[in-house]
Amino acid sequence: MPEIRTETMTVNMGPQHPSTHGVLRLVLVLDGETVLSAAPTIGYLHTGIEKTTEQKKWQQVIPLVERMDYLSAQSNSLAFCLSVERLLGIEIPQRVRDIRVLLAELQRINSHLVWLGTHGMEVGAVSVMLYCFRERELLLNINELLAGFRLFPSYIRVGGLREDLPRGFHAAVRAFLGLFPAKLDEYEDLLTKNEIYLKRTRGVGVISKDDAVAYSLMGPIARAAGVDYDVRKSFPYLGYDTYDFTVPTQTRGDAYSRYQVRLAEMRESVKLCRQALERIPPTGIFAVDDPRITPPPKDRVYTEMEALIQHFLIYSQGFTVPAGEAYVPVEGPRGEQGFYVVSDGTNRPWRVKSRPPSLLACQALERMIVGGLIADVIAVIGSIDVVMGDVDR
Amino acid sequence: MDPNTLIASLQDAVPAAQLERVPSVDLQTTMYVSRDELPAVARVLRDRSDLAFTFLAEVTAVDFWPREPRFELVYILVSIAQRLRLRVKVRLHGADAHVATVSGVWPAANWLEREVWDLFGIAFDGHPDPRRLLMPEDWEGYPLRKDYPVQIRMTPRVSEPLQVTEEEFRASVTKDRLTRS
Repeated sequence: MPEIRTETMTVNMGPQHPSTHGVLRLVLVLDGETVLSAAPTIGYLHTGIEKTTEQKKWQQVIPLVERMDYLSAQSNSLAFCLSVERLLGIEIPQRVRDIRVLLAELQRINSHLVWLGTHGMEVGAVSVMLYCFRERELLLNINELLAGFRLFPSYIRVGGLREDLPRGFHAAVRAFLGLFPAKLDEYEDLLTKNEIYLKRTRGVGVISKDDAVAYSLMGPIARAAGVDYDVRKSFPYLGYDTYDFTVPTQTRGDAYSRYQVRLAEMRESVKLCRQALERIPPTGIFAVDDPRITPPPKDRVYTEMEALIQHFLIYSQGFTVPAGEAYVPVEGPRGEQGFYVVSDGTNRPWRVKSRPPSLLACQALERMIVGGLIADVIAVIGSIDVVMGDVDR
Repeated sequence: MDPNTLIASLQDAVPAAQLERVPSVDLQTTMYVSRDELPAVARVLRDRSDLAFTFLAEVTAVDFWPREPRFELVYILVSIAQRLRLRVKVRLHGADAHVATVSGVWPAANWLEREVWDLFGIAFDGHPDPRRLLMPEDWEGYPLRKDYPVQIRMTPRVSEPLQVTEEEFRASVTKDRLTRS
């Protein structure tokens, strides 16, 4: 009887695959169902945003950076504005900082909801997706109320915010915060002790603490592996050190731990939002009082010559930023996020470089899927929460 | 740790490093390192327990064309244990734009350095996988260099589909079958 011949099989997964969250391509070498090697190929979504920013004025960069990581738009613009404000050397009013904290935390909930929905759907829990997108709709409505734009509000600007909070903002956020913890319990009912979900995620896509550090995974993935690092605690910005919150960590480093960490993070974000909302007066100062950067109010533009000139200068030439470099990290939904900004003293950036947490997660993907089963590849890609717009930029 | 003591103790550990501290506005200690001593400095930064810069947050470059040395490589490091952030920079001349890789010290540098090679054309000696990362493999030029043309319409390149005669196809299939059996 002839011997049974076995050979490895090379499978090209992606770039057009519904579970790769964009256009990620993996070249997998399989022995039966076991993954022997995996080579991620990226770049299909490269749009040259960093090159484009060099031709834009400082304030015009904000809509661009919001579109890099399209699930955490406000975190991106926040990180960019903090770096530019550091270069400008301006002090941001306390009310603006609290509003920014509130927006950043709402954005984190928003991003985690999309993650939970899509990840749940990929491992077979389709109803979770419907639940999560139902609550996300409320957050998008808040964005719409705030800026008239649901995904990319461009509301956080260099020097403060675009305009004051709209009427009804506090009520809308309060309504969301009142309802959301119960919804979180609902998601937990669906997944936390769900036998199928546990089988699909426990012990799957494990990354050790040492590897998480070596691959610079700063964020929920590292915290699920036991790295206790959160920019909000270690290098506080926007006065996060005056807020009461904890940083959830786990030790196993598998897909299930990442789920636990992100769910706990959403609860902490609700806590932070409540505290921030308490501190924000409904009306008040919304931008730094600096005529170089903040345009004058419209009623003055229509009646005063000086205000008209100032308005014209800001909108035609923008403002100049002193020469230098700055990098102010923030804790985005996917980990440490920041913009390394270099200015040559003109009204356009010399260089804008985003630190992409998704790129580093993609790099570590190989570590997490080699040796596992091909069916788990989808679960792992879902669990590391990559946004390909952030990977390729 | 005080930035000046940090740099002084580093200078003691690697005497040839020519460290040069520059002021920074964003509370991250910034220093220049000579190109040849970068790997040695990197190893000390990661391994000494009073420094413990275990995280390499970012590797990037800035092109200051037409000034020379035109490139500045930027490494952003984080020490969780000591709650320190450090920015290490290396100056590179345009005609001699290469530097030793640090992917042996921080594995995360692998893709980050590939991105710098891809977009700036700075070579990393000893890199385990020196390919482009974001741009197509047959791309010409390095897009983030300041002398790279912007807003110039290039004629699209068309590649002809592979032309194979029936005999060549049969020969290829037979050859493939022979090598497999």
